Amino acid sequence: MTVLALDGVSAAPWGEPLLVDIRLPVSAGEVVALIGPNGAGKSSLLRLIAGDFSASAGTLEFGGRPLADWPRRQMAQHLAFLPQLSLLNFPYTVEEVVLLGRTPHATGARADRDIAHHALGATDTLGLRNRLYTQLSGGERQRVQLARVFAQLWDSDDMSGKLLLLDEPTAALDLAHQQQLAGAIAGIAGRGCAVLLVVHDVNLAAAVGSRLLVLDRGRQVASGTPAEVLTAALFRDLFHAEVLVQQHPNGRQPLVIGL
Amino acid sequence: MITSITQRRHRARQLLVALAALLPLAVLTGLASGAVSLGPLQALRALLAGDDGSQAAMIVQQLRLPRVLLAAVMGATLAMSGAAMQGLFRNPLADPSLIGVTAGASLGASLLIVLGGGLLQGLVGLTLVSLGAFVGGVLAVLLVYRLASSENGTSVATMLLAGIAITALAGAVGSLLEFFTDNERLRQISLWKMGGLDGANLPRLALASLVGGSVLLALPRYALALNTLLLGESEARHLGIDVNHTKLALIGWVAVGVGTSVALVGTIAFVGLVVPHVVRLWIGPDHRYLLPASALAGATLLVVADTLSRVILAPTELPVGIITALIGVPFFISLLRQRHHYGMQT
Repeated sequence: MTVLALDGVSAAPWGEPLLVDIRLPVSAGEVVALIGPNGAGKSSLLRLIAGDFSASAGTLEFGGRPLADWPRRQMAQHLAFLPQLSLLNFPYTVEEVVLLGRTPHATGARADRDIAHHALGATDTLGLRNRLYTQLSGGERQRVQLARVFAQLWDSDDMSGKLLLLDEPTAALDLAHQQQLAGAIAGIAGRGCAVLLVVHDVNLAAAVGSRLLVLDRGRQVASGTPAEVLTAALFRDLFHAEVLVQQHPNGRQPLVIGL
Repeated sequence: MITSITQRRHRARQLLVALAALLPLAVLTGLASGAVSLGPLQALRALLAGDDGSQAAMIVQQLRLPRVLLAAVMGATLAMSGAAMQGLFRNPLADPSLIGVTAGASLGASLLIVLGGGLLQGLVGLTLVSLGAFVGGVLAVLLVYRLASSENGTSVATMLLAGIAITALAGAVGSLLEFFTDNERLRQISLWKMGGLDGANLPRLALASLVGGSVLLALPRYALALNTLLLGESEARHLGIDVNHTKLALIGWVAVGVGTSVALVGTIAFVGLVVPHVVRLWIGPDHRYLLPASALAGATLLVVADTLSRVILAPTELPVGIITALIGVPFFISLLRQRHHYGMQT
């Protein structure tokens, strides 16, 4: 089942073209990782899909309907977006922040708190739930915001038809929490949720993504499985970096070693 | 500090109950106090006596009741408007005057005082000065909103800056008027700016209740939207909130509410800024509790301040804005000193 389909999408919200001719189908349960140099348009692509600005050309369908046709609230029940930066500076408790993710739903206070509990557990923030958000470290805040978007889409059985957009969710996380996040993403993808995420660590992208999409200056330059996409030539052309690409000892993915 | 959500909501409900009990006591005290001092029971009897022709009934029903209720309604409106603005601007230091309404109203009032409107009586017990203040306030907000709006929507940050610009402009024009006017009108303007409830009468109370009541009923409908707006505007949009409609509605209600309050009782600083701030330190930023609790606390503060303004130098009345600041500031500073305890950022 195709959850998201971008066909020839371009966008120029401020005059300059940010994204040019993007073609991207995402199926239920699929995890697609976006990689590319700084300023390649990765965040812009996520924001376009989240509806922050509209496309200037091409079609953008979510769940078989043009994105613009979705009623606001129904959209929020099916699509969640974690931006890179959080502006929150009011002293909510962690649990209150996560419960904000339940705003578009009318599932009742008890169900919402159960779901918040699951989401807090999935991001290892259960122990922080009675702390004030403003008193947390950067990495802790990022995990709490992750829990909030998990809670927005959470369903313990079937999450197909839903899409989670994550913009650099691992930027402030330590190694253990990066691995835990990879597990949590695999968990919701296993229940049918499609995930589109931006990551800078290509090895992490290869580990969590079933497919990679490479962007450069707003254009899509490569797309495919990690093994197809991650080649020494790509890194030379795109990042102007010399790397060694080998088979990962786990046998499932390539391993990129910077030289 | 560790606070569970359950404790926080419990505390919020406790505060609401306490304030709901405190407000009638403050109102009763306000009815009993003044140049002619009555006991609380005597005031209650005079209030319920009907028109029996006694002096106490006359003082309580015709003089003090409109005034005390006007203070309560306007205090509630100012404080709830302040809470909504702080949420919308994601800034605990925001205040209803930020969107230009107070400065615009002051200019409107000054203009009419200078042009001699203070001598003319307008409609329904309102002087032309009040009308000028209301129109000036609403016009200033419209201008600020217009400046901050583009085809991409309304920028809250630009609105803040436009508010500062319009406030400065209105202030400059107001100063120019004061510079050229005569001494008597200068004093009128400066007294008007200090705020006061001495003009209270039944028509004014009716108007205040109508407008203030509408604002007090309308703003809480945006409590959930305000809760998500604290995360950021695009985050609120991604949570299914119609952000542009919410912004327009909040600005509109606050402009009408604060415009009316400036028109009827002058500029009463501090209530809209500090009451919601103090309430938030106490119960957290959840607007479902913050808005009603701020309204009750603002009403109580203004009733108490007005009572004190009539009693301290009786029979002379002090401008109520002085009293609100004198009561509120020490309380506020003591909370600031413990800000880490409440999780406020430094």
